[in-house]
Amino acid sequence: MKNKKPYELFNISDNNFEQCVKCTVCTVYCPILAVDPDFPGPKQSGPDGERLRLTDPKYYDEALKLCLNCKRCEVACPHGVKIGDIIQAARIKYSKHKPTLRDTILANTDFVGTVSSAFAPIVNTAVALKPVRLAMDLTLKIDHHRIFPKYSGMKFETWYKKEAAATQDLYPHHVSYFHGCYVNYNFPQLGMDLVKIMNAIGYGVHLLEKEKCCGVALISNGLIKQATRQAKHNIAAFEQSVVDKGMPIIGTSSTCTFTIRDEYPHLLGLKNDTVRDSIELATRFIYRLLNDEKIVLKFKPDVKLKLAYHTPCHMEKLGWSIYSTELLDAIPGVDMFILDSQCCGIAGTYGFKKENYKSSQLIGKSLFDQINESDIDFVATDCETCKWQIEMSTKAKVKNPISILADALDVEATMKANGVVLKKES
Amino acid sequence: MNKNNSQEYDVIIIGGGITGAGTARDCAMRGLKVLMVERHDLATGATGRNHGLLHSGARYAVTDPESASECIKENMILRKIANHCVDETDGLFISLPEDDLDFQTQFIRSCVEAGIPAEAIDPDLARRMEPSANPNLVGAVKVPDGSVDPFRLTLANALDAKIHGAKLLTQHEVMGIIKEQDRAVGVRLLDRHTKEEKTYYSKILVNAGGIWGHHIAELAGVKVNMFPAKGSLLIFGHRVNKLVINRCRKPSNADILVPGDTISVIGTTSDRIPYDQIDNMCVTPQEVDILMSEGQKLAPSLATTRILRAYAGVRPLVAADNDPTGRNISRGIVLLDHEERDGLAGFITITGGKLMTYRLMAEWATDLVCKKLAIDQACQTAETLLPGAKKRDNFSLKNATQAIYSEAPLSLAQKAARHRHGSLSTKIKDKNEYEDSMICECEGVSVGEVNYAIEELHVNNLVDLRRRTRLGMGTCQGELCACRGAALLCAKSDNPNAVKDDLADFLQERWKGMYPVAWGETINEVEFTSWIYEGVYGLKPEKN
Repeated sequence: MKNKKPYELFNISDNNFEQCVKCTVCTVYCPILAVDPDFPGPKQSGPDGERLRLTDPKYYDEALKLCLNCKRCEVACPHGVKIGDIIQAARIKYSKHKPTLRDTILANTDFVGTVSSAFAPIVNTAVALKPVRLAMDLTLKIDHHRIFPKYSGMKFETWYKKEAAATQDLYPHHVSYFHGCYVNYNFPQLGMDLVKIMNAIGYGVHLLEKEKCCGVALISNGLIKQATRQAKHNIAAFEQSVVDKGMPIIGTSSTCTFTIRDEYPHLLGLKNDTVRDSIELATRFIYRLLNDEKIVLKFKPDVKLKLAYHTPCHMEKLGWSIYSTELLDAIPGVDMFILDSQCCGIAGTYGFKKENYKSSQLIGKSLFDQINESDIDFVATDCETCKWQIEMSTKAKVKNPISILADALDVEATMKANGVVLKKES
Repeated sequence: MNKNNSQEYDVIIIGGGITGAGTARDCAMRGLKVLMVERHDLATGATGRNHGLLHSGARYAVTDPESASECIKENMILRKIANHCVDETDGLFISLPEDDLDFQTQFIRSCVEAGIPAEAIDPDLARRMEPSANPNLVGAVKVPDGSVDPFRLTLANALDAKIHGAKLLTQHEVMGIIKEQDRAVGVRLLDRHTKEEKTYYSKILVNAGGIWGHHIAELAGVKVNMFPAKGSLLIFGHRVNKLVINRCRKPSNADILVPGDTISVIGTTSDRIPYDQIDNMCVTPQEVDILMSEGQKLAPSLATTRILRAYAGVRPLVAADNDPTGRNISRGIVLLDHEERDGLAGFITITGGKLMTYRLMAEWATDLVCKKLAIDQACQTAETLLPGAKKRDNFSLKNATQAIYSEAPLSLAQKAARHRHGSLSTKIKDKNEYEDSMICECEGVSVGEVNYAIEELHVNNLVDLRRRTRLGMGTCQGELCACRGAALLCAKSDNPNAVKDDLADFLQERWKGMYPVAWGETINEVEFTSWIYEGVYGLKPEKN
C-alpha cells in the first residue's frame, strides 16, 4: 500500500475476490460439484464465501475440504479471480478440522517414502495384499480399492550419487533438478531418463541442497506449519542454485513444479520471486531450447507409438501442456491425440481417502471411458498421481513425456549433433 | 366521501420510518387502537438512508451533550431489546497527525460527563485492534459504538405494534387531514395500488413523517420549519473494518466508517437543499470525491476496495420555534403539541432526533398522546424485547455445551437467516433442499426466507423484499437474485404481470445507486446485469 498513490488504484480492488462479477462459469468447470452435492462450489466457497467469512468467521464451512485444489475454476474465470487460492487460504485460516493419523501418513510423502524405500520388498508386497488393504481401509480409512505406488529399493538420490554425480560437472551447461518424492522413492527411472536427455543435449544435472518434499500434500491435509518449514528450506536451496550458481531448476512433476512456483507465495505467503521465473517443467525447458534452435534432438529410426495425452489439472493451470505435447509430436513415428481436458479424480491424496473414493472415480469416469475406447500404446501425462489413477481405472499404461522422449532418443547422435564435448576430468 | 369504510382509531400515526414504527409500538403496547400509515414502505426515508450506526453518543459529546447522553442510554437499551438488529462492534475515535490532540482530552472529558465510557488507548493497540485504521494514527479512544440494521429495527417495531393489535397500511399516501373546527380528526388516504381513496378517523393524529412531516403539517394547516440537509454515503463491497472508525475532531465530512452486516459504509457529507428537492436525491461526483478522499484517511484500504453503491438521505432537522431563521438548528428531539402551539387539537408532530433516539422520541410522543386521551399507562418499550430479540440466557457451561452439540450443523442460508431474523427465524421453513436453496447467493437468502418474508413481513414488491431480507444488497446487486425473487413473488401474487414491472423497477433502483460510482468492477457488474436482463430476458426498463 505504502508506495501506491491513493488515486492510482482508485477502486481497483486489492481484494482479488471482489473482481468476481458472479458469472458463475467456474461452477461449470468444477469437477467436484458435478458429483458431490455437499460441496458448495467454487463461487460460493471462494469469492462469495470470503466476503461472508470477513463478516463473521462462523460462515466458514468445513465442506471446503472437499475442494480438490485442481484450479480449473481459476482457469475458467474471465476476471482472474484466484478462486482456488481463496478456498485453500480459507481452509488454512479457519478450518478447525485436525488432520487424522491417516492424513498425516498420506501427507508425509518424504518420511513414509524414506521408511518404505528401506523395506521396499516387504512394504510393496504387504500393501498389495487384500487383507492388508482391507485392514488399512478399516483402521486408517484408506480405500481398499487403491493400489499403492510401488516403492523402489534404491532411492533416486542414491543412484545419482553412485552413478551420475561424478560426471555432471563435465558438461558445458548446468541445471538443478527438483525430482520430488515420486522419482526419489517410487520411480527413479524417470529421473534417470531426465539425466540421460539433459546430458545428451549438453546439460549437467545437479541435485538441490537437501531437497525436501514440495509439501502439496501437507497443504491439502492441513499440515501448514510443516509445509511452511519445508518450503522455506526449499526456497533457500532454490536461491542457492539460481542466484548463487546461476543454475535454473527443472522438474518432471507438474504438481511439484506448480507448488514451488505458485502455491508457496499464494498459500503459504512465502516470497519466491527471486527464483520463480527460473523454475519450470523439463519439457518446457527442452522445448524452448529446441524452439530457439539452441539444440537439436536425434531420434531412433524405428519409433512407432500411438499416444494419448492427458492434461493434468495443474498443467491446465500452468498453461504448459502445449510444451509437453509439442515435444512428443517432435518424435518421428509418434501418433498422438489429446484427451478431453478434465480432472482424473485422484487429486493427490484426495482419492486415497475412503470417503472420497466414489466421488474420485465418478469424476474421472468419462476420461477412463475415453481412454478405454482409444487404440493407444500409452497415455502420456506429466503428473504421477494422474498416472496412478488412470492405471488403476483403465487398461492403459501411463508414461511421463520425459520417459517417452528418453526411450526414443538416440543419445550418441544427439550428443554429436549438439557438439557436446565433456570437459576433461581434472 | 364514503363514510362506510371509515373507522375510528385512538391514534393514527403518519410515517413508517423508525419514529412512526416506534410510536406505533409504544401506543399499541399501552393499549391504544393504532393505525400506522406509510406512503411507500417501512424505512424508505431517512431511516434507511444513514450509516446504520449504533451511536455511543461520543460524536456529540463535545458539541451537544444532551444528545450525547440520550444516545448512550438508548444505545444500551437497543443492545438489549433489539439484540438481533445490533452488532456490538465497539468503535474507535482516531486522531491523525493533522488533528489536534488537545481535542482528544476535551473529547474524553465530555464523554465521561455524558456517561459514555471512553478510554484512550495506545496507538499500537489501536492498530492491532483495527488493522484497517490508518496506521499513521497518533491517538485513539475506544467507545461503545456499534452498528444497527435500521430496516430490521423498523420491521421489529412494526411487527410488535401488530402483535399488540395495531394496523399497518403501507403504500398509502396521506392526501389530506380531515379537520372539524379546530380539531384534526382523520386522514384521507390514497391506496397507491388500487388508486382508491379511503378515510380513517382517530382521536389523535401523530405526524411522524420525518422531513416529509413539513408537508403533512401543511396539509393540517400548521407550519413546521424543516431544514433539509442532505447526507451522502458510499457502501463498500465487503466488511473492511471490524470496529466503527471515527475521526476524533469536531463532526465533519466523511468521518465515520461503519461495518454493517457484510459491508462497510462511509459517510457523510452535509449540504442544505431546497425542500422541493427532497424526493429527488442523487449523489454528485463531488460528493463521491469527498467521501473517497476523506474516507481513505480513516482506512487507506478503501482506495482499493470495490464500491457497491452510493446513496443519500435527508436529515429531518427542525428550527427551534423561537428561531424562524433556522440558525439555531437542533439535532435534538422536537415534540410539537399543535393544540398548544397553533390551536389545532388532536395533532402532534414528533420530529428531529436520530435513529438512535427513536425509542425515546416514541416514548415522548406516546406520553403526550396518552395524556391527551387521559390514559395512565407507563411506557414499557425500554424493557420489553422486540420480536426476534433473544433473551440472554445466564451463561453456564451446560448451556454452552448444549448450544454447541445439540444443534445440527447449519447451512449458510440458515446461519444468515438466524443472524437476520433472530428468534423469529424459527418461523422460516428451510428444512428441505428446495427451501434451503439460495435465492440471493451473496447474502445467503434462501427460498424459505423469501417465502416467510412475503407471507409475514408486509412485502408488496421486490424492493420491500430487499429491505426485509438483504436480497440484492450483495456484490452482484440483484444480478442473480432479482429474477429468482421475482419468480417467488409471482407465485404468491394475484397479479403476476405486475411482477415484471416490479422487476424492472427493482433493477432500475439498483442502477440508481451504482451510477454515481460506476467504474472499475462496479461497471463490469452493471454491464453483465444489463446483458442478462435486457439482452437475454428482453426486459426494457423504459417501457416499464
